[in-house]
Amino acid sequence: MTHNTMIDEWYPVGLFSKLDAAGRETALMGEPIDVARDAEGSAKVTGRNGRPLPVCVRYGHVWSSLGTPLKALFAIPEADQAGRRFVDVGVVRVRCSPLRAVENFLDIAHFPFVHTDILGAEPHTEVQNYKVEIREDEVWATQVKFYQPQAAKSASGGITTEYMYRVPAPTCAVLYKTCPPRPSEWDVITLFVQPLAEDLCDVWPWMALFDDETSMTDLIHFQQTIFLQDRSILENQIPRLLPLDPGMEIPTRADLTSVAYRRWLKRHNYTYGAQLVAQ
Amino acid sequence: MKLYDYILSPSCYKVRLMAALTGVKLDIRPVDFHPGAEHRGPELLALNPAGSIPILEDADLILTESSAMLVYLAARAAPEWLGTGAAEGTARVQQWLSFANRLTASLGGARLHEMLLRPGDITALQALSIAALRELEAGLVEQGLRGMRFLVADRPTVADIACFPYVALAPDGGVSLDPYPAIRLWSRALRSLENFIEMPGIHRLHELKPEPHIEPGKV
Repeated sequence: MTHNTMIDEWYPVGLFSKLDAAGRETALMGEPIDVARDAEGSAKVTGRNGRPLPVCVRYGHVWSSLGTPLKALFAIPEADQAGRRFVDVGVVRVRCSPLRAVENFLDIAHFPFVHTDILGAEPHTEVQNYKVEIREDEVWATQVKFYQPQAAKSASGGITTEYMYRVPAPTCAVLYKTCPPRPSEWDVITLFVQPLAEDLCDVWPWMALFDDETSMTDLIHFQQTIFLQDRSILENQIPRLLPLDPGMEIPTRADLTSVAYRRWLKRHNYTYGAQLVAQ
Repeated sequence: MKLYDYILSPSCYKVRLMAALTGVKLDIRPVDFHPGAEHRGPELLALNPAGSIPILEDADLILTESSAMLVYLAARAAPEWLGTGAAEGTARVQQWLSFANRLTASLGGARLHEMLLRPGDITALQALSIAALRELEAGLVEQGLRGMRFLVADRPTVADIACFPYVALAPDGGVSLDPYPAIRLWSRALRSLENFIEMPGIHRLHELKPEPHIEPGKV
């Protein structure tokens, strides 16, 4: 399995606010790396034998790569909008494929069953048809609608939420959802996934929200609750590696985004954490 | 009653669960345990020098041990959760409350390491976890032979609530519950209790949820 194309991508490796001179030891795709703050206060990442690795700081996180990224990290224009609250949700390690962590984030059918009374509730379980397309080589799902008892901390009561999903990189997903206090804007919730091994990843959620009422701790806890509800399921999904070929699984209309994501991964040869023949 | 609380903390959940089961209303004060480490900050260290959560505050009373909080809630609102008062039962409750601290250290330590990247010797933590789970399984099997579904009696006590959360979240620390059928039955019995509440990772029993109201029309 050639992982070459994923070697040159950017990956999150730490929270910039938590960086100190002593640094933290972590890994990218099996290679130990070190993430620290240098004398000038900038982030510095070194790989095996102290080799310097590319680094950038964006969306509250330190990003690095084992190879040579051909482009700058993807843009999220909402990250520069005044008035937004930027929330570092904190890392959670999951014993699953980094690609499965992303795919789960793109799914909405599980909302009434896993995030009961928050992101969904029985009997409002139908996933109405939505649109999936490729824009500038990114996977986009738009016109997604779902009834949610509590869509966000800022929501008072149940609402039908609109969603857009975007996959700008193999292990990153960006969610745009109805912003209750400002209906003409989108709240932005992201999942930045650091691949440690093909079946182990560190997940770094981050958000850019309009919400002047809720405390930062409550915003963090709301998102951590959602993610922790998914975690035990992620750790039990089989096969461990994400299948990129059809086989035993039969997707339905509710799985449109997952199907597009898997095809996009296969087309780009993004196969770290994936398998090519479904068992 | 004010609870300094972290939604993902099994120790905090013990108190939230006990309050729900006994009908006590808590004022929740969320603590940014991760990533903020607020429990080690000056405000909370002044309240609890041990630097741990939960902390329960009720007027002049400040409690920092979750077992004490469970006992306090029961004593205030539902004393049947403390046992009958007979010597043997009272002692068994105390034994299991102390045992629960070993679950926090072993299963809790493994979970913190595997999930939230806290330092620890994961092999040792998992070995200690398994030893504790085997003791719990044996205890529940013995209770089953006495015709009792819970740790001290045929009804739940604070002992069950103290032991339940870390056990239910054992897989978070890489410790499987597959070898322990009595523990799984006990977990189902607890999750079937009226007024049971969930925490992320611990679910109510789906079959006990009320049937959804099916709306007519619209295909």
